[in-house]
Amino acid sequence: MIDLDELLNRPSAWLTVEKESDIVVSSRIRLARNLRAFHFPGWGGEEACSQVWATLKPILTDVKAMPGCLSMEMNDINQLDKMVLFERHLISRELSEKGKGSGLVVALDEQMSVMVNEEDHLRIQVINPGLELIEAWERIDALDSEIEARVDYAYDPRLGYLTACPSNVGTGMRASVMVHVPALVLLEEISPIIKGLGKIGLAVRGLGGEGSDASGNMFQISNQITLGEEEMQVVGNLHEIVREIVEHEKNARKRLMQKKGIIVRDHVGRAYGILSNAHILSSKDALDMISGLRLGVDLGLLPGLTPSVLDELTLLIRPGHLQKIETKLLKVRERDVSRAKLVRSKLADIAK
Amino acid sequence: MICEKCKKDEATVHLTQVVDDEVKKLHFCESCAKDSGVDTNGGSSITDFFLGSGDTPNPTAAVEVGQEVGQEVVALVCPHCNLSRVDFKKGGRLGCMHCYEIFSDELEPLVRAMHHADRHIGKRPSRLSKSVLMEEALFRLQEELVRAVAEENFEEAARLRDEISKHQETLSTVISDEDKGAIE
Repeated sequence: MIDLDELLNRPSAWLTVEKESDIVVSSRIRLARNLRAFHFPGWGGEEACSQVWATLKPILTDVKAMPGCLSMEMNDINQLDKMVLFERHLISRELSEKGKGSGLVVALDEQMSVMVNEEDHLRIQVINPGLELIEAWERIDALDSEIEARVDYAYDPRLGYLTACPSNVGTGMRASVMVHVPALVLLEEISPIIKGLGKIGLAVRGLGGEGSDASGNMFQISNQITLGEEEMQVVGNLHEIVREIVEHEKNARKRLMQKKGIIVRDHVGRAYGILSNAHILSSKDALDMISGLRLGVDLGLLPGLTPSVLDELTLLIRPGHLQKIETKLLKVRERDVSRAKLVRSKLADIAK
Repeated sequence: MICEKCKKDEATVHLTQVVDDEVKKLHFCESCAKDSGVDTNGGSSITDFFLGSGDTPNPTAAVEVGQEVGQEVVALVCPHCNLSRVDFKKGGRLGCMHCYEIFSDELEPLVRAMHHADRHIGKRPSRLSKSVLMEEALFRLQEELVRAVAEENFEEAARLRDEISKHQETLSTVISDEDKGAIE
C-alpha cells in the first residue's frame, strides 16, 4: 500500500494529465458540512474533535468514491509534510495548525479529499484540471451523497447546511477556478475585470488563496454567496464568467502579438534564458518567469514544453516541495539555490 | 387615531392579528410598536408579527395580543453549547447548529447582508432526522399562513396558526428526545 511519503514524493497525479485548456489551470469545489450531534470544531475542543474523527474516519475511508485513500491525523504529520499538503491545496493553514482529532482523508489521485475538523466537521473537496467545474460538481455531489447516507448532517430547512461561519451557510459550497492571464496583466486590463467580478459577487485571490498576491499572473476566482442560489446555478454562472475571461485573455494575447510581438518574444526568451541558467532563484521570480514560459508555450513559441510540465514545476519550486525533495530544512538562500538547480535540470531534460 | 397603548401619540402603525378565530386590528404609535417588537423599518410585516420575528419556532419573540406586549427574553448564551453572544462577536464563528436559532436576531440581518437572501435553495440531505422533517412541514405551514394573511383569508389563517402552534409543541418534544439520544 502507498504511504504518505510516496504520495508526496511525486507530483499530484491530476497535474500531469494533459489538458486542452491553457488559460484555466484547475477547477475546484468544496462543500462545508457538519454533524448534528457535535459542537462545531472550533468550539468543541480536542475531545469532541477526537469523537468526530473517530466517527468519520471509518466512513470516509470506506466510501466507494475514494478507493484506497489515505487518512492521517494532524498530530501524526511533521511540519514539512504539512507544508507540502498545503501547497497541493489539500489542507489549509487553519487545519495545519491543528493537532489530534483533526485530519485529512485523501484519494490517491488527490482529486478528492476531506479535511476533518477544520472550521467545519467536514470540508469535502474535488479538484479537476482545466475548466471542469460541472464535472467537479457532479463528482463532489456524489461523494457528499455517499457520506450523508451514513451520517446526520446539521441542516435547517430554511437556512440549508449549517456551518460554523454564517458566510458559508446554505449550500456550504465554494467553487473556484485558477486562471493564468498574463496578457490581461501586461496590458493592464485586469483591474477593471477584478472590480467587475466583485460587483457580481465573485472573489478574486492570488495563487496561494486568501490574502496572497497574484504571483505568476495566476488568479483564483470563486463565488462568495452560498444562500439563495442552487449549486448548479452558481457553478454554471462561474463557468460562463470564466469562459468570458478566457476569451478576453485570448483576445489580449492576439493584440499583444500584433502590436508588441517582439516584446512578447523577448519576454518569453528572457524567461527561458534565465530559468535555464540561473543559480539563484527566488520564489516570486521563478513564478513570474514560469508564467512567461507558459505564455510562450500557449503561443507556440516554445516547442517541446507542455503546460503540464509547467504546472508540475510551479508546484515543485514551492518551499515545502523543495525541502521535501532535498529531504531537509533549508534556509531561504539555500532554497533559492536548490530551486534554481531543480528548474535548470528540468529544462535541460526537456531540451535533450 | 390615537395609539391604543400609550393613549397619547398618533397611531401610525396598523396591524391585523388573529386571536381566537377573531380578527383584531391594532393601532400603535411608532414608539409603542417598536416596544412591542414590531420593526417598522421595512422587512417586518404582519407575518413577522404572527410568527415572531425569528426563525422557525421562536415563541419567545412572538408577541401575544391581550397579554403585556414586549416581553423581553434575550438569550445571551446558547443552552446547547454555552457559546455567548460575546464569544460569537469575538470569533465570528458559532458553537453549534442550535446557535443559528438562539442568536437568530443578530444572525438574520447578518446573513441577509452577506448573501442578499435568507432562504436556502438547492441540495438537501436525503436522510433527515424526524425533527428536520417536522421543521420542513412547519416551514410550509408558515408559508401558507403568509399567503392566507396576504389574501385576507383570516379564517384559514387562524386555523393554520393553531396547527402551527400544535406542530411547534410536538416538535420541541421531538427535539429534546433527539438531543438525549444524539444520533439515532
